[in-house]
Amino acid sequence: MNRVALTSKKFLLPGLMIIALILLVTSPSYISAYKVMLLTSILMYIVVSVSWAIFSGPTGYISLASAAFFGVGIYTAAILGRILPLTYVIIIGGLVSVVLALIVGVITLRLKGMYFAIFTFGLVELLKHFLLWWEINITGTRGRFVISVHSETVFYVMIIIFVAVLLTAYLIKHSKYGLALQSIGEYEEAAEHIGINVTMVKIATFAISSFFIGSAGAIIATRWTYVDPYIAFNPIFSFMPVLMSIFGGLGQLFGPVLGAAFFAYLEESLITKFPYHYMLIFGIILVVAILYLPDGLIGLAKKWKKGSLSSGLVELLQKRQKGRKEV
Amino acid sequence: MRILEAESVTKYFGGMAAVSDVGFHVDKGEILGVIGPNGAGKTTLFNLISGALPLSSGEIRFKGRKTSGLKAHQICRLGLARTFQLVKVFGNLSVLQNVMLGSLFGKQVVTSQADAMREAMESLEFVGLAKEINAPAKDLTLGNQKRLEVARALATKPEVLMLDELMAGLNPTEISEAIADMKRLKDQGITIIMIEHVMKVIMSVCDRIIVLHHGKKIADGTPQEVTTSSKVIEVYLGDSEIECSTAG
Repeated sequence: MNRVALTSKKFLLPGLMIIALILLVTSPSYISAYKVMLLTSILMYIVVSVSWAIFSGPTGYISLASAAFFGVGIYTAAILGRILPLTYVIIIGGLVSVVLALIVGVITLRLKGMYFAIFTFGLVELLKHFLLWWEINITGTRGRFVISVHSETVFYVMIIIFVAVLLTAYLIKHSKYGLALQSIGEYEEAAEHIGINVTMVKIATFAISSFFIGSAGAIIATRWTYVDPYIAFNPIFSFMPVLMSIFGGLGQLFGPVLGAAFFAYLEESLITKFPYHYMLIFGIILVVAILYLPDGLIGLAKKWKKGSLSSGLVELLQKRQKGRKEV
Repeated sequence: MRILEAESVTKYFGGMAAVSDVGFHVDKGEILGVIGPNGAGKTTLFNLISGALPLSSGEIRFKGRKTSGLKAHQICRLGLARTFQLVKVFGNLSVLQNVMLGSLFGKQVVTSQADAMREAMESLEFVGLAKEINAPAKDLTLGNQKRLEVARALATKPEVLMLDELMAGLNPTEISEAIADMKRLKDQGITIIMIEHVMKVIMSVCDRIIVLHHGKKIADGTPQEVTTSSKVIEVYLGDSEIECSTAG
């Protein structure tokens, strides 16, 4: 790539992003209230997916704890929403997630591969059943009401969290810790032996990334007005970020963003158009994506750019012609 | 000056002693060879020194400071770097990034990205990989991956460099080049401990050799002393009677 292309790309991307952000911020004035809510959902999925990918993308530790952080945020909003202003509730929701992530990190980050994934998923179930037990035996209630907030406020708060998570992901990725996380994903032992405090880097990143999931949970809870442990700790929020990020492509920051935006929109439109078959269609699309897009949407875009897709086709055609001639 | 000292170092795996009551020292600036048959405990000894494994008993001191009990990354930052028997380069990172990581994290002083890049380039030039900096490490040949591991270790500015079978899998040309590299490292004042099976290398570069067998140290001395030691010959070639009977 030549220098001109590089520099123009350097300014093009931030420019486009700022324009997109301005469009997003001003959107409530010219789109319907329903679309604002749809955008909020999409942003929420992007926040959760990007947060997940901050840690799990480079290290390859598949965390299924997202639903736990999300649920903790939701319950924070349910409990503190009446007594504290919204800003505090959201920040505390994030911080409680961080504390939870630190505890989980210290206990589990020695686990690798499948064991880590299963433990983190167990955490979601553990918290859910603990809360159920608590509500049945201690408070004698079932679920909680959450103070509702105007949907535009929810939208703007979600935009702030969205920008914050993207900035954080970008800064981590381009710092020396981003490189360290990648090296941990490749060869943890070697990473340790060149001076990387592997345990510290892993736990700190895991905790930082959980903050955004918790705060996203805290703000989205205000839209749901009623939550119980089954709603708050819904395992779908553990699996969706994984699927969305892989679908979008893990190597790049924009992979999870694209994947989450695509899936969130797809889910919404499928639910409205095919309420009975949407899960089926959803599943088929996922299977096809995993089979044919190993590097996700980003990988596909890169292939396209390189021209290997078209040149591959040309090659194939040439081979066929050759075959014919020989016959 | 003794830069590294080990005192009755012992490591049990379950009930088996992989390294048993081994004591030795390394002087600053020398090249120490560690040899022994397969399973003698050489790599385990390296893992104990580098902090990859905790000791069962005994003590290791680096520059007079006790290092047994410290974590691998702490030991690295003190100035003790290593390579691995089976190469462990970060395959999807570029050659430059691999080495930069060493420079960014492996020292006690905080290093900026720009300085890290400059230091990484120096290390890569030293091992002769300066032309391949943008290639993903997995695309390199085995010989070059081993060079990359050395460069990555050098980027941590070590005083002691531990090389675990650097020559295994290299062709004769690459071996001669590696021998030359080692001599240049020695000239820079870096102390080297190496596990090696290629006798040509051991004989030509090592100042001193220790021999391990079944986890115990059975010899310690100059290459001449060690190769003429009857105990070492027995371990490597079997005792003389068996030798005669198989020959006859």
